[in-house]
Amino acid sequence: MARMTMIEAIRSAMDVSMGRDEKVVVFGEDVGYFGGVFRCTQGLQQKYGVTRCFDAPINEAGIVGTAIGMAAYGLRPCVEIQFADYVYPAYDQIVSEAARIRYRSNGQFTCPIVVRMPTGGGIFGGQTHSQSPEALFTHVSGLKTVVPSNPHDAKGLLIAAIEDPDPVIFLEPKRLYNGPFDGHHDRPVTPWSKHPLGEVPEGHFTVPLGEAVVRRPGSAVTVLTYGTMVHVAEAAAGESGVDAEVIDLRTLLPYDLEAITASVRKTRRCVVVHEATLTSGYGAELVSLVQEECFWHLEAPVARVAGYDTPYPHAQEWDYFPGPKRVAEALIATMEA
Amino acid sequence: MSAPEPLRLHVPEPEVRPGDEPDFSHVQIPRAGSVPRPPVDVDPREIRDLAYSIIRVLNRQGEAVGPWAGTLSEDELRDGLRHMMTLRAFDARMQNAQRQGKTSFYMQHMGEEAVSCAFRRALEPGDMNFPTYRQAGLLIAGGYPMVEMMNQIFSNEADPLKGRQLPIMYSSKEHGFFSISGNLATQFIQAVGWAMASAISRDTRIAAGWIGDGSTAESDFHAALVFASTYRAPVVLNIVNNQWAISTFQGIARGGSGTFAARGLGFGIPALRVDGNDYLAVHAVAKWAVERARRNLGPTLIEHVTYRVGAHSTSDDPSAYRPKTESDAWPLGDPVIRLKKHLIKIGAWSDERHTQAEAEIMDEVVAAQREAEKHGTLHSGGKPSTRDMFEGVFATMPPHLRRQRQKAGV
Ligand SMILES: Cc1ncc(C[n+]2csc(CCOP(=O)(O)OP(=O)(O)O)c2C)c(N)n1
Ligand SMILES: [Mg+2]
Repeated sequence: MARMTMIEAIRSAMDVSMGRDEKVVVFGEDVGYFGGVFRCTQGLQQKYGVTRCFDAPINEAGIVGTAIGMAAYGLRPCVEIQFADYVYPAYDQIVSEAARIRYRSNGQFTCPIVVRMPTGGGIFGGQTHSQSPEALFTHVSGLKTVVPSNPHDAKGLLIAAIEDPDPVIFLEPKRLYNGPFDGHHDRPVTPWSKHPLGEVPEGHFTVPLGEAVVRRPGSAVTVLTYGTMVHVAEAAAGESGVDAEVIDLRTLLPYDLEAITASVRKTRRCVVVHEATLTSGYGAELVSLVQEECFWHLEAPVARVAGYDTPYPHAQEWDYFPGPKRVAEALIATMEA
Repeated sequence: MSAPEPLRLHVPEPEVRPGDEPDFSHVQIPRAGSVPRPPVDVDPREIRDLAYSIIRVLNRQGEAVGPWAGTLSEDELRDGLRHMMTLRAFDARMQNAQRQGKTSFYMQHMGEEAVSCAFRRALEPGDMNFPTYRQAGLLIAGGYPMVEMMNQIFSNEADPLKGRQLPIMYSSKEHGFFSISGNLATQFIQAVGWAMASAISRDTRIAAGWIGDGSTAESDFHAALVFASTYRAPVVLNIVNNQWAISTFQGIARGGSGTFAARGLGFGIPALRVDGNDYLAVHAVAKWAVERARRNLGPTLIEHVTYRVGAHSTSDDPSAYRPKTESDAWPLGDPVIRLKKHLIKIGAWSDERHTQAEAEIMDEVVAAQREAEKHGTLHSGGKPSTRDMFEGVFATMPPHLRRQRQKAGV
């Protein structure tokens, strides 16, 4: 086992995949010589050459469009969009093309691509470096959507995504790149080197897509969450005194319905937490599933804690961010309901 | 017949990397004054070579030479020098303020001051710029108060944008400066739309679009050229080629095209390259293009050839991807020094006056900063309210958002 930050784990996943399969190619803006603005691809060009890891022109539609073409040829591209906030020019290629090629060609052509992108706020990045657009992808038939919450999972999930036969949107919570941020922005963040999930196997391993994990066992209420909010929810559970069971979904689509229902049927209460805006967010899907599958077990309405329905502000970042205080309030309210 | 050779992928690479000797010998630089100045109503097909040359006015001796010279008076030139010096001093202070934690982020213009400062002079009140984050000279030369810019940078209680935008993403309708987007290239096509609207409305105002070399790769750039070409929109389309897009050298966006300006030729848009470090040349070319737009002659594409001397932003360290001394080797020199030299040459300036002006300008910038800091900086003093965060999403706040705001207790 090695100690890795989330950046190192993601890099290691690509490194291992490129080493095992020469069909894996990596490209994106500033990804080649420099190794990406977050340094996730550092050293890969040197190791695998300029035709397997290279800089792309600043054109996200082009990056995803060429990846789709390469996949149609038989390669396995893993491309980087510099920030999730810049994926929109590629949305048509992702939604109308990548997601449907298998279906519309009846499997003659497939699209085993991974589109990686840093997501979420907490870095004073303002509205164009902070968004969480996962619901725009989970709403599309034919896409898998993954959001890791730690280095170990990031590596295992990314390798699984690269090996997956279908397109995968891989959202990397940038606030977690260097440490398990729990929403207390006024406190120092412990580095991943001091966290058990910063321990990552050096070689090949996978975390299968579609499997959630219980991050904190508890009996009072189930928290369904993913990404940065896993750590926020854990902090909130500790601070509120509510014995919450925190489920890290890891893959939003396909989701792990069994893990969700098993926990909610046990605790009989549920709070859904995400950083993305509330309305029509992925949380709405989770609440529906819980309602459909666990209605007769519930003792309280299912609550949601999410970003407000405004663009992500700059100065008011910590008023916007659904931190441990807001999550704790929801936990307490759900217990009292 | 022998089997064909296997195919090869071509990946462009810069001439040099960190540790190498900087080398710009591949950059062809025509003599100042050597490029002809066609009439504004020239047939675009007759000036295709202007897309491959560089229009320059200031020569090595600091003289203004050739057919593009003579568009500005001595007073105007001194004013221009002041604008560039102000922008430079402003950048230095704000760069420092970021280091001190007074703001989260900053982007400077070092080396590119002439582009936005000189261009602004060619516009009329009412014209509209659709800028990127590296054209603050449009505001400084357009008389927008520095205090307002700093209030925005500090996201303080007087921030005209209420703390909602990333520092330097200014907006001032009154000063012909469209709200900056963090998403590259989106503004370029919007500039064309604004210009079309002006034409639809039989107005006389024109638009100017701005884009970086790297961002010309975006589809919105190409959309802008086709719409501008089709509707002969009254717009000046500016490409600021500062050689770099973060760590990516301009060859990745330019590909096999000889120059960025040459992209315009296929659309039938007159395309000119100008020495972006030559205040006089930028102004002369801007004036030419603005006149074309204003006289219903349609769009012009301008490539400003310059160099990004500083880091991309305060989050970047260029020594990781280009030689440290590359900016010293840049053959078009420094815009401030070149204009200063010219003014001295024509007897309109002196070293003493320059030193004095530098001190005065720094005092002005420091005074503005002091004033702005009274209203707070990012992490201390007055800040925009949490209420402000909920305002302005729509003209009227819908009930669901009102409920969220109430729940937030603000
Ligand atoms: C749509 C989009 N993609 C990517 C980015 C990230 N990004 C910000 S600036 C930049 C480089 C732009 O380079 P260039 O257009 O040459 O402008 P310069 O910074 O040199 O002025 C990149 C890739 C972005 N802001 N928007
Ligand atoms: Mg550039």
